[in-house]
Amino acid sequence: MSQDFTNLRQDFPVLSRVINSKPLVYLDSANTSQKPHVVINAMTDFLENGYAPINRSAYQMAAEATDLYEGARTAVAKFINAPNANEVVFTKNATEALNLIVRTWGIANLKQGDVVVLTHMEHHANIVPWHMLVAERGIVLRYIPLTADGQLDLSNLDALLTDAKVLSFTSMSNVLGTINPSKFLCAAAHRAGAIAIVDGCQSVPHMATDVQDMDADFLVFSSHKMCGPSGLGLLWGRQQLLDAMPPFMGGGNMIADVRLDGFTCAELPAKYEAGTPPITEAIGLGAAVAYLSKIGMHNIRAHEIDLATYTMNQLTQRFGQDIVIHGPTNIEVRGATHSFAFKDLHPHDVSQVLDQNNVCVRAGHHCAKPLMRLLGANATVRASFYLYNNHQDADALCDALEQASEFFSPS
Amino acid sequence: MPGLEDLYREIILDHYRSPRNRGELPPPAVRTEGHNPLCGDEIQVYLAVDNGLVSDVKISGQGCSISQSSASMMSAAVKGKPIAEVRSIVRRFKSMMTLEEEETAEADDQNVKLGDLEALQGVVKFPVRIKCATLAWNTLLQGLNEATA
Repeated sequence: MSQDFTNLRQDFPVLSRVINSKPLVYLDSANTSQKPHVVINAMTDFLENGYAPINRSAYQMAAEATDLYEGARTAVAKFINAPNANEVVFTKNATEALNLIVRTWGIANLKQGDVVVLTHMEHHANIVPWHMLVAERGIVLRYIPLTADGQLDLSNLDALLTDAKVLSFTSMSNVLGTINPSKFLCAAAHRAGAIAIVDGCQSVPHMATDVQDMDADFLVFSSHKMCGPSGLGLLWGRQQLLDAMPPFMGGGNMIADVRLDGFTCAELPAKYEAGTPPITEAIGLGAAVAYLSKIGMHNIRAHEIDLATYTMNQLTQRFGQDIVIHGPTNIEVRGATHSFAFKDLHPHDVSQVLDQNNVCVRAGHHCAKPLMRLLGANATVRASFYLYNNHQDADALCDALEQASEFFSPS
Repeated sequence: MPGLEDLYREIILDHYRSPRNRGELPPPAVRTEGHNPLCGDEIQVYLAVDNGLVSDVKISGQGCSISQSSASMMSAAVKGKPIAEVRSIVRRFKSMMTLEEEETAEADDQNVKLGDLEALQGVVKFPVRIKCATLAWNTLLQGLNEATA
C-alpha cells in the first residue's frame, strides 16, 4: 500500500500560512526544505525538557542527551546503509563536509599535477574548494561535459579518468534535476584508481541511498534539505580513509590526549567533531530521518516522478515554445527540480509575479555559474518540488506564469 | 502586499523595452563593471569625462527589468551634466532608495530633480529589488571615482 501524499501537507505547519488570502505554494525545496511537526517538536521538546551537553558530563540529563545525539547518528547511518555509524560525521553543512574532504584527504594525498575530475553541472561547493587546491598545490582539474539534454556525456569517461586520483560528482543536479548514474561512476573511478566523492545534497532527500551498493568513498548531504534543521551537514566516509586522514578542526572532543608539546586524535567520529556540535539540530535530524523512513524513500521517489511528469506536461502544454525546460525529458533520469527560461523575461521579473501569487521559486544562478554559462544564461527560474507538493502546486505555478506572460507582454 | 503596478510603472517598462544609451565607448572612456551576485545580473558602464562634464555615457550588460531600466534612466539623467551635479543626482537617488545616511547628503541635493527616476520609488516596497535598482548607480560611482582620480 503506497503512502497517501494528499494530506502530507498538513504535517508541515508553515504550509498553512496564507499571505494576501493566497495559500503558500513552496517550490524551493532544492534550496531548503520545510520542517514537519515531528522535527520541530523533537527539537523543542529537547530544549524544554532535556537540553544538556553530550559526551562530556556524568549526570542523567547529559546521558540522555548523548543517547539522543548518538541515536540520530545511528539513524542517519542506517538511512544511507553505512556499515558503521562511526563513519558518519556531523558538520555545519554539506559545503563544510566537502571542504573537510579537500582539506584533509586532499592535502594528505594530492600533489602538484595530480588530476581531480569534476563535472560541468557541479554546485560551487564541489568546485571552489578544488580551485583553492589548484592555487595552493597545483592539482589539475578536468570536467565531464554534458549532453544536449543535460545528462553527463560519458563517451570519453575513461580517458578523462586516466591517471585521476579523484572523481567528485553530484548524484543529482540542483539545477537540471538530472539523476546521475552514481554506482556506475563510482565503479569507473575505482577502475581508474581514483576515489569517488558523491555530492548527495539533492538525491539523499528524494530517493533511497545505499553507500555500500553505490560503492562510494565519501558522501556529503544536508540536514536542511531533508526536512531537518539548518546548521547541520553530513559527511559519510569509509572508515579506512577517515582513519588515515589528518584532522580538520582542532580543539575539544576531537582529542584523546593534549600535552604541552602535542596532542593525539580521538577515534572516529569524534576526530572530526571538534567543539560543541549542533546538538539540538542533530536530534531534529534524527526525527526527520524517522519521518522520511516511515513514509518510505521509494514512495517519495514515486510521488516525485508523478509530480515531475504532471508539471512538465502542464508547462509544455500551456506554454509550448514560450518555455524552455532545462535538463532531461526522460523522467527516469530526473527529479522534480525544473529550471527553465520563460519567453524573454528575466528570471527575477518572473519570480516577482510568482511572488505576488505566493509561489516561491528561486531565480538566479543557483550556485552553479559554470553550468549557467553552458546554458547560455546568467540566471534561470527554478521550481523544485518535494514530498509535500501536489498537482495544485504545479497548477498554481502555471497560472502565475500565465500572469507574468500577460503582465509583461508589449502593450 | 504592494501590487506589481507599484514596482513596474509604465515608464520603467518603457525604458526596459527601449533602453537608452546602449553600447560601448572606446578608451580613453572609463569602463566599469558591476554585478548582482543574487541574480547574476551584469552591467558595464562606459563614461567619457571632458572639461568637468560627463560628456557621454553608454550601458551594456544584461539583467532584469528593474536593473536595466534604472541603468537606462540613469544614463539619460547624467549625460551632459557637470560631475558635481552627477554626484548630487546619485546621492539623491540613493537617498530615495533609503540607502544613504543623512550625513553624506549635501545642501544642494535637495534641489536636484529626479524626474523620470521618481518612478523607481516603488522599488523601496520590494526590498529584494533595491540592489537591482542601484546596481548601475554603484557602478557609475565607481567609474566616476576612477575618471576623476
